Amino acid sequence: MIATDPTIQSLIQAVEAADSPAKLVGAVRALAQARSTAAIPTLIRALGFNNPGAALAAVSGLVALGEEAVPDLLAQIDGYNYGARAYSLRALAAIADPRALDVLIKAAEADFAPSVRRAAIKGLGQLRWQQLEPTERESAQSQALKTLLLVAQDADWANRYAAIVGLQSWITSADLVNRSSAIDQLDQLAQTDPDGAVRARATLAKQHLA
Amino acid sequence: MESTPDLESSPEALGAEPLTVEQAIANLSDTDTSLRYYAAWWLGKFQIKDSRAIDALIRALEDEDDRTEMGGYPLRRNAARALGKLDDRRAVPGLTRCLECDDFYVRESAAQALGLLGDASCVPQLMTLLEGGIEVAQFVPDRPHLVQPVEAVLEALGALGATEAIDLVRPFLNHSVARVQYAAARSMYQLTHDPVYGEQLVQALQGNDVQLRRSALADLGAIGYIPAADAIAAAPVENSFKLLSCKGLLDYHLRETGDPLSSDAIKLMTLMDQLL
Repeated sequence: MIATDPTIQSLIQAVEAADSPAKLVGAVRALAQARSTAAIPTLIRALGFNNPGAALAAVSGLVALGEEAVPDLLAQIDGYNYGARAYSLRALAAIADPRALDVLIKAAEADFAPSVRRAAIKGLGQLRWQQLEPTERESAQSQALKTLLLVAQDADWANRYAAIVGLQSWITSADLVNRSSAIDQLDQLAQTDPDGAVRARATLAKQHLA
Repeated sequence: MESTPDLESSPEALGAEPLTVEQAIANLSDTDTSLRYYAAWWLGKFQIKDSRAIDALIRALEDEDDRTEMGGYPLRRNAARALGKLDDRRAVPGLTRCLECDDFYVRESAAQALGLLGDASCVPQLMTLLEGGIEVAQFVPDRPHLVQPVEAVLEALGALGATEAIDLVRPFLNHSVARVQYAAARSMYQLTHDPVYGEQLVQALQGNDVQLRRSALADLGAIGYIPAADAIAAAPVENSFKLLSCKGLLDYHLRETGDPLSSDAIKLMTLMDQLL
């Protein structure tokens, strides 16, 4: 795609000009479907319009653009709007580019918004480690595991649930770090967690891994 | 904006002072009524089941010191809400008496708490609040609420399995207020297990108002209506609400079957994974 493509410019203008929630969703969806890197800044802004339909369309457009959207997504995380931030983290988690590791760790451990934390925790398990050289890969896998084990003991059931989802994909994908502590953590959650849904999800993770 | 009491707010976010159990119990009889009010909330929030806390909260249901300009009883309201979370049926007689309090919000909090405590001895008094049907259950002039807290009463009757109330509950399916209709559908589903009522709540997920869609999600989660799972996951509402609703279905299913690997349980968890 060429950044100066006039079609893209008119699709961007349609987003700016939308004067109703429904028109905004339509305009963002059309822009997302153009699959153009020139659309990235506008799609990222659409994460913060407080319009879930527009945000979901923007996330799917950014995820389809993949690695090319990552630098802008990382640079433009909205520190003041946790709704927008959760969508950014979901996009980064789905693209799974390991350059997002530090941002995911910070959000998973310490964001004040639970929706942001859950998206980041899930994302930590599913990064594309193969894109990294072995030394870097081992370090990245260790750091992700450390955070997943930490949040697996969070007071909030939903963070523990997300940690199980993260640990399950981490165990399947990590190739350079010993997996026994991750498996032990799942065993413990399956047997002793006070929340039935959390125990159930850990049991399901163990079945997947068996 | 995304906001749900269970997932998005923490005591820190609410600006809460750190308290200890001892302090909170002591504060319930402080001369400063604002300390009592806060302590009652705190004991419920952190589920302090200490019998001294329960006794003090039961006494607070008859508080006369903390009054609003309009004659309301803020401490009684908070004490009733807290007792609903503390799972001690000794609170039932006091809460049942609160159904006759002249403060609407005390009656509402008491009805909600009684629904949670699972003791059906209060059913006759709850039914009294529905007398006169939808003709009587109208807004109080210049107030944001109906004459009686019918939404809370309908939900409590459903939660308590009060099948003797079915004929009293059914007409509220046609109430003019959407949330009351949902409460009636929720209650009727719990009392009859007829899927027609679950489907009414599924329909409500497509309503125009996001608050009502959130409310229907909570109702579906509370009744554990499994056939709604896909509609819940697809509803135009923030993920936090959908995640809680699906968890409601999963919790209900696990209580009923005890099987974390049934096809229904796996389906629900797959949907929940996608909502993270």
